[in-house]
Amino acid sequence: MDAAAVEFAGLERGFGPIRALRGLTATIRRGVVTGLVGPDGAGKTTLMRLMAGLLRPSAGHLRVDGLDPAAEGDALRARLGYMPQKFGLYEDLTVRENLDLYADLRGVPGAAREQRFARMLDFTGLARFTARPAGKLSGGMKQKLGLACALLGEPAVLLLDEPSVGVDPISRRELWKMVKGLAAGGLSVLWSTSYLDEAELCDEVLLLNEGELKYAGPPAALTARLAGRVVQIRDIAGARRKVLQRALALPGVLDGVIQGQAVRLVLKQGAPLPDPAAVGAGPQARLAPVRPRFEDAFMDILGGGPGGESVLSRVIADAPRQGNDQVVIEARELTRRFGDFVATDRVSFAVRRGEIFGLLGPNGAGKSTTFRMMCGLLTPSAGRASVMGIDLKSSASRARQQLGYMAQKFSLYGNLTVAQNLRFFSGVYGLSGARQTARIAEMVEAFDLAPFLDTAADTLPLGFKQRLALACAVMHGPAVLFLDEPTSGVDPITRREFWAHINGVVERGVTIMVTTHFMDEAEYCDRIGLVYRGRMIAVGTPDELKESVAGPESPDPSMEDAFIALVTRSDLEAAHA
Amino acid sequence: MRDGVRRTLALSRKELFQIVRDPSSILIAFVLPLILMFIFGYGLNLDTSRIRIGLVTEDHGTEASRFASAFAGSPMIEALPMDSAVQAGRALTAGAIRGFVVIQPDFAARLKRGDTAPVQVITDGSDPNTASFVAAYAQGAWARWQEVRRAESAASPAGGIRIEERYWFNEAAISRHFLIPGSIVVIMTVIGALLTSLVVAREWERGTMEALLATPVTLVEFLLSKLLPYYLLGMASMLVCWGVSVTLLGTPFRGSLLALAGITSLYLASALGTGLLLSTLLRNQFNAAQAALNAAFLPAVMLSGVVYEISSMPAPVRAVTYILPARYFVSSMQTLFLAGDVPGILVANSLFLLVTGCAFIALTLRATRRHLD
Repeated sequence: MDAAAVEFAGLERGFGPIRALRGLTATIRRGVVTGLVGPDGAGKTTLMRLMAGLLRPSAGHLRVDGLDPAAEGDALRARLGYMPQKFGLYEDLTVRENLDLYADLRGVPGAAREQRFARMLDFTGLARFTARPAGKLSGGMKQKLGLACALLGEPAVLLLDEPSVGVDPISRRELWKMVKGLAAGGLSVLWSTSYLDEAELCDEVLLLNEGELKYAGPPAALTARLAGRVVQIRDIAGARRKVLQRALALPGVLDGVIQGQAVRLVLKQGAPLPDPAAVGAGPQARLAPVRPRFEDAFMDILGGGPGGESVLSRVIADAPRQGNDQVVIEARELTRRFGDFVATDRVSFAVRRGEIFGLLGPNGAGKSTTFRMMCGLLTPSAGRASVMGIDLKSSASRARQQLGYMAQKFSLYGNLTVAQNLRFFSGVYGLSGARQTARIAEMVEAFDLAPFLDTAADTLPLGFKQRLALACAVMHGPAVLFLDEPTSGVDPITRREFWAHINGVVERGVTIMVTTHFMDEAEYCDRIGLVYRGRMIAVGTPDELKESVAGPESPDPSMEDAFIALVTRSDLEAAHA
Repeated sequence: MRDGVRRTLALSRKELFQIVRDPSSILIAFVLPLILMFIFGYGLNLDTSRIRIGLVTEDHGTEASRFASAFAGSPMIEALPMDSAVQAGRALTAGAIRGFVVIQPDFAARLKRGDTAPVQVITDGSDPNTASFVAAYAQGAWARWQEVRRAESAASPAGGIRIEERYWFNEAAISRHFLIPGSIVVIMTVIGALLTSLVVAREWERGTMEALLATPVTLVEFLLSKLLPYYLLGMASMLVCWGVSVTLLGTPFRGSLLALAGITSLYLASALGTGLLLSTLLRNQFNAAQAALNAAFLPAVMLSGVVYEISSMPAPVRAVTYILPARYFVSSMQTLFLAGDVPGILVANSLFLLVTGCAFIALTLRATRRHLD
């Protein structure tokens, strides 16, 4: 047996004119978890499929477990476990039937089968659900079942393509624990992810961006490069978004993001520490060194993020004021039932003008239902939802005129050009004539869309697609902007640019409501409502939520720690009641 | 080898679970056939029922009224006496009658002279089928009356010759009896091609194909696991169709069940092959179903001879029907139901079906890929 689980050299793969993988060379060790990390479109899935023998390389050398996937596929498949990105199991079959199927396909004989099933079911905690159709499992349980099926053949190499997508943070931690255990038992695991925070959990990392390998090695070695270069400006008086903007304009600052009440900065190699007073952070402000994380390192490799300025804030008008009442979005005892199932249970919150409010929660917790009621797309069963004081139930269309909406994965018309999309969406929102032309021109200028006007939206680079979607949502000058998981899976640069624009819009008094299951995105919010099992279990600023769970064991909890602690607490309370 | 069999059986079992749990496939395999059979059996009837026509008698002599009486008492024609051609014309325009017959004032006189066209027949050309039927019926009535006249006068040179029509195999000439075997062909096509056009595409769409391809399953095993369950479903459905037609619908069945099973299997091979091929090539359920509808279902209805007589189609269209498996199955089914095991017809049809079945399955095997590109 040779030493490497997977090795490749000069590996290329093209799809038509697109070079999805550009001459990758790396070696993946046995018995460890190797992270295949990168944003959507980086080439992770293509690389995994090459390894699984599902695609053939255009050029280069590839060996998985010492075998060539293209030529020795039959031998390799017997030694390989593969879990595709889409749930690869049969939703209309029960857990047990899926396991039986895969045991047959993998040639696990009768006697060994029961034993192995028992171990798998125990390992995944699925023993109680063997008779349940796979389609009725939660996201986390589905992935565990997928993992169990992939493991039935006792593979030497396990390929997991984005196993943590659609999985709540608690299940995600369990999944990680399981996989770590497997690696400790000698299994070679390749885990692909677009969540950069997962990179730090891996033993080794292959960092991909636009088909290129940017880094290969232990994640700690990469973050170590940034030692002493990452600081937080804490105790900021006044607008932290302004502070971030000014800090990003400093020559020594490579990258910066908002983290709750603080601003996190990554400095360039050898740059001096910034002076908090110089960026207008107020007299109390101080600098605190923080531990670099993987995303900082990624930004360092990419050469830093975009500036914090958004032209958008200059071209759009101030959002209208609603008398002296500062509350722009309000939900009162909002309830939505689907048959017997209560998707949203008496949710109340209020969002003030110019505030960014986030709904955070795992998939299926009810945040989308709440969100849809707030945009007037779904009628509440009980309670009241209002925007700018207009009841969404009685005058939904008048309220909707005040809204901009940007859906997950940008609901643009892919085969229309950029110009056509802009015309269409501005028309839908009631703009016409000279005003329409003027607004479109402003958007084209603000987002640098001029070179792409005749390009079909589908073929735009991701970053421009996002700009176009945002342009379509804000063109009519809405008072409120709804964002549905706006940056999940996008690369960190595009994400920073997006939030810079959002910050620019907020400066003009536009109120933002965003849903996300993404902890980083939550940090950008002024306040977060945590939705779990249809109920709002906590509301507060990111810092407040973190502090509420801080204790001797975790003095400085992350957003994810806070989330897990609050959800666990809610489960305990439910169990007591 | 043993592994291969086990994998095939495991996948077939999975497929059967999916069929049983998907109400739509049960609906298509067992409920739709019943509906289709009853529609073909009762709703669609190619026999013309009683048609109303007008009868204008302008000659009031005995010859004319005896001819007029030839229109009465027919099970197919209801002749309404009318006063004038004008009134009949109005009734025709209003749609109250489908045509009218005018016995002109000089009917008897012209008849005596041996002249032509003593009777005028006007029909509603907007419905050509009915129009030609009315015209033919009037002609028939004329012929019958002539015959009666000759017999009575005993002066006919043609003496005792009488034309007597008799339909073989379908004595009562009930169209239902040849529509039902045809409708079974349509049903088998729906199950064979339409249902299977969804199954491979579904695996692609749901991402389960990708997971399967990463296991040791071979292409042959995969295709067999798609063919076997749907073959069984098709045969079960055929049993239901056969039972319903011979019991509830009273269709005769003169062939043997063995021949029926054999030829159904062969047809299912081509239908399943068509469906799987489209599903494999298109990898999208909607497109595959649309393609199957056009490639298998519509030809089976329009071009196989189920409803429209192939011999009356234009030559180019008729040429196309020769390559349709459904055509051979229709002919076999009508033979089995109405005539019996006629080796000459059944063997030739079977051979053709065998060839198309093998061809489609071979093409599917060729089109199925072990990888994604």
